[in-house]
Amino acid sequence: MILMNHDPSVRDGADTSPTPLGRRTRAALHMKRGLAFLRTWFAAQPFWVTVAVLIICAVMSWLEPQSFPTRDNFFNITRNFAYIGIMALGMMAVIITGGIDLSVGSVMGLAGIVCGLVLQAGHSWWLAVLAGLGSGALCGLINGLFVAYVGLPSFVVTLGMLAAARSFAVVLSENKMIYDFGPDGDIFNAIGGGEIAGISNMVWLLLIMAFVFGFVFRFTPWGRHVYAVGGNEAAARLAGVAVNRIKLQVYTLCALTAAIAAVMVVGWQGSAINALGTGYELRVIASTVIGGANLMGGEGGAYAALIGATLIEVIRNSLLMAGIDSNWQGAFVGAFIVLAVLLERIRGSRAD
Amino acid sequence: MAVLELKRISKHFGAIEALSQVDFELDGGQIVGLMGDNGAGKSTLVKIMAGNFPPSDGEMLLDGQPVHFHKPVDARVAGIEVVYQDLALCNNLTASANVFLAREQTRGFGPFRILDDRAMNERARELFAELKSETRPAEKVRTMSGGQRQAVAIARTHLSRAKIVLMDEPTAAISVRQVAEVLDLLRRLRDQGMAVVLISHRMPDVFGVADRIVVLRRGHKVADKPIEASSPEEVTGLITGAIRVA
Ligand SMILES: Nc1ncnc2c1ncn2[C@@H]1O[C@H](COP(=O)(O)OP(=O)(O)O)[C@@H](O)[C@H]1O
Ligand SMILES: [Mg+2]
Repeated sequence: MILMNHDPSVRDGADTSPTPLGRRTRAALHMKRGLAFLRTWFAAQPFWVTVAVLIICAVMSWLEPQSFPTRDNFFNITRNFAYIGIMALGMMAVIITGGIDLSVGSVMGLAGIVCGLVLQAGHSWWLAVLAGLGSGALCGLINGLFVAYVGLPSFVVTLGMLAAARSFAVVLSENKMIYDFGPDGDIFNAIGGGEIAGISNMVWLLLIMAFVFGFVFRFTPWGRHVYAVGGNEAAARLAGVAVNRIKLQVYTLCALTAAIAAVMVVGWQGSAINALGTGYELRVIASTVIGGANLMGGEGGAYAALIGATLIEVIRNSLLMAGIDSNWQGAFVGAFIVLAVLLERIRGSRAD
Repeated sequence: MAVLELKRISKHFGAIEALSQVDFELDGGQIVGLMGDNGAGKSTLVKIMAGNFPPSDGEMLLDGQPVHFHKPVDARVAGIEVVYQDLALCNNLTASANVFLAREQTRGFGPFRILDDRAMNERARELFAELKSETRPAEKVRTMSGGQRQAVAIARTHLSRAKIVLMDEPTAAISVRQVAEVLDLLRRLRDQGMAVVLISHRMPDVFGVADRIVVLRRGHKVADKPIEASSPEEVTGLITGAIRVA
């Protein structure tokens, strides 16, 4: 319920009549609330993306009954979108404020190398995790400082970080793969590579994080301020919202989610390479946009990030199974991005 | 005693003298119409009262006590609210979320607090009812008319129980019907004892609603009198400079 409600304002959306509350029966009120909830939900992009995911899954199960609807394939699909989804949650916060973070792929690469190096030096798994997350957060902090306090466009700042963080990763790794993870390697690898109840740890983490992000976006003053910054930055500032602090926080948070994804993926693969995450910024941003985020800011939510990432992976997996060259994936994702924005535009013009 | 008293206020921006030696008083339960040509210094005067920047010279007394505002929050804490020319609202949020922006009500215990939208919507509903506006608390501002947006902006000032409301051209960009709505809102604020400053270029608005008129010309105050003692013709003359002082 909470996750699906990507819109920060629909909770009391049913009270569209000026009649005093007391004159309605409770049941009628609840019914009307429920209907309004459904109405907003049907009008929202995440709903249609969910429908698309279900349709594709149904069609694929029918076409490929031997390979698509299997436990193994379910495990693979969910794990493959889990780390993109985790990053898309952080990206969502940035995009709701009206910014963008192009550096997430590189930050993921850097954080992965830092984890690998700490493990290789024989340190404990938790130190490796802390160092990985710390290096990521630091990149985000730098992005945030330049965007919020120097006032540079997020596009420019994070493009710089995209280049810089990748170069750090290459230099730190001396351009070698790191796979000798020392005494704590097994524990570290179990975090990202393990599974609970037949579902990858990464997927559990994504679900927990999506729940937390959804809750924070929708139910906390901080979440509301994030939407306010994206809706009208000048107005938010005049009202007393700490706009600069919010911006600093969302860029730090976004880079932190990239580092979390790095910790999980490096553990799953059992090695760290400095090319980890190359090009992921596109998949992550595409997930948020397909899920229903508005690149102009002010719209989006946790479920949108989750379902956007799901759709992309389901399409990729289906193409693979249908025997279509996986290089076509980019064309499909590209088409979906444009389609998503187009739909948003059409719905927007009808509302106005 | 005046709620707010400005004494010999001057403000220069480099070589430009935006205000020179302006005396200005505000009383509760009164609407002051502030008029003048473009660049006369109206917005500068409002911004000084709102704490956007300090005056270059002169002093400001609030309830008889000298005050110095360093930032807009200082003025707001002192009970002075501004409704901005371009209606600073977040279109993607609901009316009540806008009213409560940056002063949200929360519930919970200790540091675990969540938004109390039910309470905020309820309070916003009361505020809109006080303003006799048909604005719905849970509706997004994006879909609202100019008059409803004004009500949201004004409800914000109401929420904080402001003593002074400054309005910079609130009727500049809205339809005739909505102007009437806004003027009604201003009368209600006055009847509740607030001091209201209305900047407007529209003579009928000012003469329809103000109790007192102040005219600025090139940074100087050239008139300050009860509305009955003036006329649109005289004010036009004062604004253009055809009449020197009145
Ligand atoms: N921040 C500023 N920096 C420099 N000059 C300013 C600034 N604000 C206003 N001015 C100048 O001060 C004068 C008065 O402006 P303003 O108070 O905005 O007039 P009004 O609101 O009556 O049209 C104008 O000449 C304007 O150019
Ligand atoms: Mg002005």
